[in-house]
Amino acid sequence: MRYLPHTDDDIQRMLRVIGQPSVEALFAHIPDRLRAKRPLDIEALDEGALLEHLGDLGAHNVPSMGATQRDGAALSFLGAGVVPHIIPTAVDMLLQRSEWYTSYTPYQPEVSQGTLQAVFEYQTMVSEILGLGVANASMYDGASAAAEAVLMAMRVTGHKRVILAGAIHPHTTETIRTYLSAEAATPAELADVCVIVPSGDVGSDGRVALASLIAALDATAEVAAVVVQTPNFFGVLEDVAPLAKAAHDKGALLIVANSEPLAFALIEPPGAVGADIAVSEGLGLAIPPSAGGPGVGLFAARADLVRQIPGRLVGETVDKDGRRGYVLTLATREQHIRREKATSNICTNQGLVALAFTIHLSLLGKNGFREMARLGLAKAEYAKSTLAAAGLPVAFSGPTFNEFAIRLPAGSDARAVVARLADERLFAGVPATADGLLTNAALDRILLVAVAERHKRADIDRLAQRLREVCS
Amino acid sequence: MSADYPNELRYTKDHEWARTEGNTVTIGITKFAVDQLGDITQVELPPEGESLQRESVFGSVESVKAVSDLFAPVSGKVLKVNSPLRDSPEYINEDCYDEGWMVQVEVKDLSELDKLMSVTEYVAYLKEQEGA
Amino acid sequence: MSDRNTKAGTPIETRQLLHTSRPLFEQGAKGRSGASLPSLDVPAIDAAALFGALHRKTPAELPEVSEVEVTRHFTRLSRWNYAIDIGLYPLGSCTMKYNPKVNERVARMPGFAGLHPLQPLSSLQGALELMWRLERCLCELGGFERVTLQPAAGAQGELAGVMMIRQYHAHRGQPRKKILIPDSAHGTNPASCAANGFDVVTLKTGADGLLHADAVKAAIAAHPDDIAAIMVTNPSTLGLFEEHLGEIADLVHAAGGLVYMDGANFNALLGKVRPGEAGIDVMHINLHKTFTTPHGGGGPGSGVVGVGKALEPFLPTPTVEKLGDAYTLDYKRPHSIGRLRSFFGNFGMFVRAYSYIREMGGPGLTSVTELAVLNANYIRARLKEHYPLAYDKPSMHEVVFTDKRLKKETGVQTLDVAKRLMDFGYHPPTIYFPLPAVTGGAGALMIEPTETETPETLDSFCDAMIAIADEAKRDPDLVKSAPHQTALRRLDETKAARNPKLRWTKE
Repeated sequence: MRYLPHTDDDIQRMLRVIGQPSVEALFAHIPDRLRAKRPLDIEALDEGALLEHLGDLGAHNVPSMGATQRDGAALSFLGAGVVPHIIPTAVDMLLQRSEWYTSYTPYQPEVSQGTLQAVFEYQTMVSEILGLGVANASMYDGASAAAEAVLMAMRVTGHKRVILAGAIHPHTTETIRTYLSAEAATPAELADVCVIVPSGDVGSDGRVALASLIAALDATAEVAAVVVQTPNFFGVLEDVAPLAKAAHDKGALLIVANSEPLAFALIEPPGAVGADIAVSEGLGLAIPPSAGGPGVGLFAARADLVRQIPGRLVGETVDKDGRRGYVLTLATREQHIRREKATSNICTNQGLVALAFTIHLSLLGKNGFREMARLGLAKAEYAKSTLAAAGLPVAFSGPTFNEFAIRLPAGSDARAVVARLADERLFAGVPATADGLLTNAALDRILLVAVAERHKRADIDRLAQRLREVCS
Repeated sequence: MSADYPNELRYTKDHEWARTEGNTVTIGITKFAVDQLGDITQVELPPEGESLQRESVFGSVESVKAVSDLFAPVSGKVLKVNSPLRDSPEYINEDCYDEGWMVQVEVKDLSELDKLMSVTEYVAYLKEQEGA
Repeated sequence: MSDRNTKAGTPIETRQLLHTSRPLFEQGAKGRSGASLPSLDVPAIDAAALFGALHRKTPAELPEVSEVEVTRHFTRLSRWNYAIDIGLYPLGSCTMKYNPKVNERVARMPGFAGLHPLQPLSSLQGALELMWRLERCLCELGGFERVTLQPAAGAQGELAGVMMIRQYHAHRGQPRKKILIPDSAHGTNPASCAANGFDVVTLKTGADGLLHADAVKAAIAAHPDDIAAIMVTNPSTLGLFEEHLGEIADLVHAAGGLVYMDGANFNALLGKVRPGEAGIDVMHINLHKTFTTPHGGGGPGSGVVGVGKALEPFLPTPTVEKLGDAYTLDYKRPHSIGRLRSFFGNFGMFVRAYSYIREMGGPGLTSVTELAVLNANYIRARLKEHYPLAYDKPSMHEVVFTDKRLKKETGVQTLDVAKRLMDFGYHPPTIYFPLPAVTGGAGALMIEPTETETPETLDSFCDAMIAIADEAKRDPDLVKSAPHQTALRRLDETKAARNPKLRWTKE
């Protein structure tokens, strides 16, 4: 087989050197009761058949990126955790250099300077975008990064509770709850440590009501952190500064979660408005949407909190001859040394996806980053007014970036509308109460629509027209 | 005995040393511990006033590759902490018995010191560990 | 580069012309960009007016460079990396096997890469079918009832597995606090337990390098009715098959506990042992090890978890189900541990792993294990006179040597050998793991060649290791001050830890 180079002669020669009569003899010491009872039943495929089989599976999907609508791709306005952007060809071409994707974790710095310097540049970019002093080498995704941020806040403050405020992506909320349930053994204990305010039931502007948060902070002792998302699950920008102040007044940290880092090209980053830790999902700016994974969890914090940060960190140093170089550092926080006392059990970063993010942002650069955001904002604002004119106004009055919620007319069910339009290859948006998302039936008419720089005016017009027609 | 292990100190099996002056005991880590750890990057020490229990963990010392708990050789109250170590942990590498001292403790029961090893016993203990 | 530092006849395979490239923040010019953005075909919006106080006042200081500079930068940097496509990684426990190129092609098909996770299920049937089929294949390989694909990496898979164990006991009204872990275990094992509020009870590895039933029996007796589980790795981190695992599993089960297996070393078991049939209740599998999804310089991984019937109710939500000819997602799982991350998991890695499994097939994967074990034993045979083995028991897919004799006779230790190997053109093996506690205080050298290496490569590698052992006797300083040939010499890790500089700043 092509990945198994050994010929029969090779095997015989090697067995002679080893001093065993057969390959089976190398397994002779495995007790019978532990052995497999029968051979593995999986059919092998040559490259041609493999490509055909996988091509078939692929053909049973309707992609929305990477193919034209003429080739059967859908026109998609889906966001809700990942807003896809066009990734320039150069990113993937560079990513496909073997030295990037077939290399190992950079534990031996002398032979990994490529990876280490790239991560150093990534850390710098994340620090800049999120406006906080130090960023790590990335976490698995935005949701688990948020959970790790909560655990970090608990270590830093010594407090044991967290308040989740406002419209946070349900996957993030659930992930935080799962991580906290590791220590909080019963549902009652979990409800005690993980306070949710106000459970998807936001005001007319779509934002966290400051009074509700203050009330929750007053009613809850030992709060380690308040978590808010901006832009939030409904696409609305939270006014973070007063929320941060309320948290700090009670000795809690403020954690900002986000799933569209492009927003911070135009709105004040978390670090500038009082956040102590910020996390984000970088998938949309790194690689094609890939059914939601692998992603890349951006994670940044105040510089003075560096020793409590989970995950890998790359630092600058010099070699014996004084040349600048880079190494993994502060590894004593990590599991392979601290074991039970580690800041986290995490062993990996999202290497290749973080690299893709770094290359893309290098191509966009300071001005391109802002320009891409301005284009998306303009198209989204155009979509909001066009949809409003079609009888589909926004659901919340607060400011938005490239994603917003509309409320379908009375009697409509967002899920039914979306299913209908999917048949004509138009993914109109994500229903707020789709499976696995929010469960509040009062939100059944809410549709989350994401409009990016890649959408054309005609695409938006089509969306508005079809939605109007289907809803009437 | 060799200059690596001063005569007047008492030693523990976890490689701490203790220097007695009246009922004050100064504590640090031995050259063996420093050699094992390599370049020290951080020390975590208790605050003044904290009560230490003999043989319990009272802090930690970190190098690039390892973290080691510090075990109290005697029980007592922390009088002074070598706070310059926070910014300059390298003092421990440079001079672990003097500039690299860690905490000074007021001891009630001086007989606890009898449970520690003399320099002769410690050096023998090290040889035994090496052979293992 | 001269050959004078090597044993005559041992070829050095590197001749370098390496360009540096300063961080991009130090390159470029104001106003430069490598972007290609669409034009504005709708009315422009004044963001400052729209956002008021929320408008970002100081822009993010990203580089200002052209596509040419970006391409050169990341091309130059890449050439400073060692990689599987360049040479052997003898890294124990990492399974650095060849990454098939066809996998990269299929993962990039728009029908997979271009999917949004929240599309209507009718438009995701192929993706769901792939996930379902991958799960069936992994069940076949591991002897499991179900497999969750959700965890993003091995460590997250462990977290999930331990959470499911905790839920299992809570569900039976019998919360237990202790988990047994051998002293040879990888650091993530105790970390995952601590994260779940468990106390770790450490089991001492026997003098022969194996876990023994006596140690387990004693630990169980010391904590009656409090053992939640045992976490084992098989083969162990010493590369040895845990021959007493059957009896040990029986003991733990009889005491009401479950058996977790760390599947990092699954490459040694394909077709030979199906853990689910051998008493294992839950096992995580690293797709980026056994199933060849690329390591990517540190990630992404994928830590799928196989379970038997007992833990099936506690799987993360959602699971992939087949109803008739259609595929769907099941969110109604009342006893699930919940979600560990957004969406389905590292789907891009599922495509690659599935492609590999289907290309190799059952007999192919069995050969993978046979040849992985053959390769490791060949290295063992060639090197054991020069580097003492940690243990005598037969090695499986990896072999552990120690620096005990070398250190005693020459002062050269594991780290020095590792650094000197780079001069010969190899990435070092795993060093100082397993921990000194299980290698008699010596520094370990753990070598796992994997099955995709040719015998010639193994011979070159062994020649280099033998040359270094000779050098240690003749000229120890040469080894201790290695590497000499790498473009950077030993880097000051102390400086990096004492004065962390974790981002570029304009000085």
